[in-house]
Amino acid sequence: MFDKYLIDADSVQNIGPLDALTGFSFLSKLGYYRGLGLSMIEELVVSIDGEALPREAVRFDEGKGPLTLDEMETAYDRRWPFGAAATIFVSLPGGFPGGSHELALSQKLRISYLPFPSFNHDKKRIAL
Amino acid sequence: MTTKIKPGVSLYSFQEEMFLGQMNVEDCVAFASSIGAKGIEILPEQNMPNFPDISDAEVESWKDMVARHGCHLSAYDMFLDTKVSKDRPMTDDEQVASIVRDLRLCNRLGIKNMRILVFVRPDILGKCVPYAEELDVHMGVEVHAPWHLEHAWILRTIDEADRLNTRHLGILPDMGIFMKHYPPVFRARFERQGARPEITQFIVDQHEAKIMCEYTIYEVAVKMGGNKAEIAMAESLRHAPYANPKRIGDYARYFRHIQAKFYEMTEDYKDPAIAYDEVIPELVKCGWEGTLSSEYEGNRWIQDVSEVDSREQVRRQHVMFDRLITEAEQTFGAADA
Repeated sequence: MFDKYLIDADSVQNIGPLDALTGFSFLSKLGYYRGLGLSMIEELVVSIDGEALPREAVRFDEGKGPLTLDEMETAYDRRWPFGAAATIFVSLPGGFPGGSHELALSQKLRISYLPFPSFNHDKKRIAL
Repeated sequence: MTTKIKPGVSLYSFQEEMFLGQMNVEDCVAFASSIGAKGIEILPEQNMPNFPDISDAEVESWKDMVARHGCHLSAYDMFLDTKVSKDRPMTDDEQVASIVRDLRLCNRLGIKNMRILVFVRPDILGKCVPYAEELDVHMGVEVHAPWHLEHAWILRTIDEADRLNTRHLGILPDMGIFMKHYPPVFRARFERQGARPEITQFIVDQHEAKIMCEYTIYEVAVKMGGNKAEIAMAESLRHAPYANPKRIGDYARYFRHIQAKFYEMTEDYKDPAIAYDEVIPELVKCGWEGTLSSEYEGNRWIQDVSEVDSREQVRRQHVMFDRLITEAEQTFGAADA
């Protein structure tokens, strides 16, 4: 319902010392009409030019400190509020590749009243 | 002589603008007040960033805010995360505890109606009835398409309410169950996704003829060799029922709040899909008393090609309601205020 708004294209930035970048980060919103507990965010798949980065490379921070996706599974006291931007950190030696590339995000949510997982997708063309 | 039907709006209607930070909650309430829709339906998990830990000060500030605009809180939309843990579903006791948590917050906010998600089991709700009675909150199970007023699952909740002889458990109809015509905004989006006009016309015609959806899905998917968008459109018929509005009176005593779902209001104040012209007369005829709460859900169907203006859509729906209620009162006579 909000797919086209998941990635804030203007927020993509590299992390680490300029001569030894360790990854990149960007702001994202939850593609859902309400907030959701972090334990129900099953996957945040980040891809560059169609190639998914490893699950272990992704960290999430809604403002209370970064968590791995495994740690989110039991973060029962934390929520991603509706319409709120959270930071997604991605470990990638060298940072986001130079030139123009397609950054994609897929969110897999466990919504209790749905019989199947809910998937949200967005992709944006990024040139840092 | 005025109607007992009170105009309201759900904050769900403004999800596009709130998600994008173009409107905050108070902007929505101020707008609702400006068009006379004074009953405000809230989704705490959408509208309260600190949910579920809501302080007394926050509760008071909500009450003050709506009062400042001459409004009141009409309904509370609860959720139940039965799948909060990846490794096991919530136990029955945990489900009851979660619902009671919501009943208490609902009561603190001074709200008398709670929208219960349709998937919540009737026997779980039965266990919550003593709390609902103590806190004086009506638990209304959302009758949402593809369920409808006389669906066997919904009748289980009615039976549970009768068995317990309680006025605090019942239903809360979503008007999406009265989809008489296939929404033009649905069709247009599927066409933008690659559905061919001759196929979409076939699907619309099938829906118009009320042919059971599985026939249409098979025709499109197999016989016509439908593409992805065409099959998706055909499958949307599974969620596009037209329930009989004439049954409304039979169930009116089980609901006190209505989610007035809609996908599009045209410039001449018509809803091209939902049969409000048949629903409103039935509500007036049976003397139903409660809030008719706008629930605009058109944003997701048009946001890829146009700006979403939820305010204008909600405004148009209330112009239509005013007309339909006035006409119905002329036909059936207005209920005493």
